[in-house]
Amino acid sequence: MTADIPGLLRELTPRVLGVLVRRFGRFDQCEDAVQEALLAAAQQWPAEGVPANPTGWLVTVASRRWTEAWRSETARRRRETHAALLEPPAAAPAPAEDDTLTLLLLCCHPTLTPVSQVALTLRAVGGLTTAEIARALLVPEATVGQRISRAKQRLKGAQFTLPPSAELADRIVAVRHVLYLIFNEGYTASSGPALQRVQLSAEAIRLTRRLHAHRPDDGEVAGLLALMLLTDARRPARTDRDGALIPLAEQDRGRWDRAAIAEGIALVTRALAMAEPGPFQLQAAIAAVHDEAATAAQTDWPQILVLYDLLHFVAPGPMVTLGRIVALSMVDGPRAGLRELDLAAGDPVLAGHHRLHAVRAHLLDLTGDTAGARAEYELAARRTLSIPERAYLESRAHRPSSK
Amino acid sequence: MKYVILIRHNLKALEVWASMPAEQRAEGFAVYAALTEDLAASGELIVTEALAHPSTAKVVSVRDGEVIASDGPYAEVKEHLAGFYLIECDSIDRAVQVAARIPEADFVEIEVRPVLDHISVDM
Repeated sequence: MTADIPGLLRELTPRVLGVLVRRFGRFDQCEDAVQEALLAAAQQWPAEGVPANPTGWLVTVASRRWTEAWRSETARRRRETHAALLEPPAAAPAPAEDDTLTLLLLCCHPTLTPVSQVALTLRAVGGLTTAEIARALLVPEATVGQRISRAKQRLKGAQFTLPPSAELADRIVAVRHVLYLIFNEGYTASSGPALQRVQLSAEAIRLTRRLHAHRPDDGEVAGLLALMLLTDARRPARTDRDGALIPLAEQDRGRWDRAAIAEGIALVTRALAMAEPGPFQLQAAIAAVHDEAATAAQTDWPQILVLYDLLHFVAPGPMVTLGRIVALSMVDGPRAGLRELDLAAGDPVLAGHHRLHAVRAHLLDLTGDTAGARAEYELAARRTLSIPERAYLESRAHRPSSK
Repeated sequence: MKYVILIRHNLKALEVWASMPAEQRAEGFAVYAALTEDLAASGELIVTEALAHPSTAKVVSVRDGEVIASDGPYAEVKEHLAGFYLIECDSIDRAVQVAARIPEADFVEIEVRPVLDHISVDM
């Protein structure tokens, strides 16, 4: 049987780590031991076959590694302080529960910086090696190693238990945020050289699925998962053969992933019926309206506008303002949009933002002001920080004429 | 986000450097060492290098398929890149904070530039 061993190892990582931390405490050392066990499995299993009880195998090897490390540390300390060599704590029986949620909360602990939260989550919960994380994030391995070790240092005193329920909701907000960051890191238009890279958006979806399994009634977790699925569903149509971006309106919708769309729509529909809609649910709902339209022309823009109005009420922000203006333009015409855009430009966060220029360019184009559109596309291209987006904006600026 | 911090030297900077007492120069190096160490420890450092004097550079061009490598740089160059940091941090404000710790910031302008990424959003 040619099992997907890397995939299996990633699935088992949080369970094995959970068992170890419950058994021995000391998250930082347990995490090292689990990484070593994962490496051993990655080397041995392809040749020797997957053991009958892979979790048990990993727990045994990781526990052995932990004990060895503990012994050598104790011996070192004994040499230094002449303390008696203690026996390692007795192994507690492996609990049946899945510690994924507790681990996610720990990795997204508020004392850590976002970049550290991302790296630690991918390793301790995602089961990726430091090298894989480094390749995926396009940074050197040493940088990722440092982020992880510093994060673990900071977590030394942290409890490996679920926080009290009053605190839990806030802590899950941080987890959702980190998962969304991971998703966006993976949302690149690059291909080819990226072949060797772990697909971070797929990793984010996998981890969010696990979180959703633990918190099925958390509407925002469902909304986040739906948003990821509904966005990722368009991936096959987002770029042309040369890797250039294709805007939503021009994508070949036949290439969208229908199964992902159906799952995303079911998730967000259920979530919206459950509770007050949060920002992820509303963004997912907007993505769903786009994904449901058979053609760009059939997009239900009035509904998108209503959803943006709600989103603006629940979680206002510069990108929401711009999204709402685009929707408004599709309902009331580009001139109405341009008027709103001039008002929005008064917001210091938006003034000079490349996307404000990109939206203005698009709207000017729709009014027939080709020269004005070109100037705005050029401004936007100069200010964006994304290579594919820059290429797209430049191609719009230098188009012979607008449609 | 990744940022590159560019340290450019000009004639004034070289004069300031030349006129510095040895202890003050040593102090500058110590500030650099501490900055690099802090950035490595926080997981923000990607790479940093100091560059050799521009008189050691080669200027390369290809004309009609022929590679021409001549000694550089041109005499009229008033400013040259002396070193750089490539860091990854959470905001440009943090990158500015890092740049402000560079000893030359006292007498030249340090440039902080965002690095382009491959991340894209739907249009």
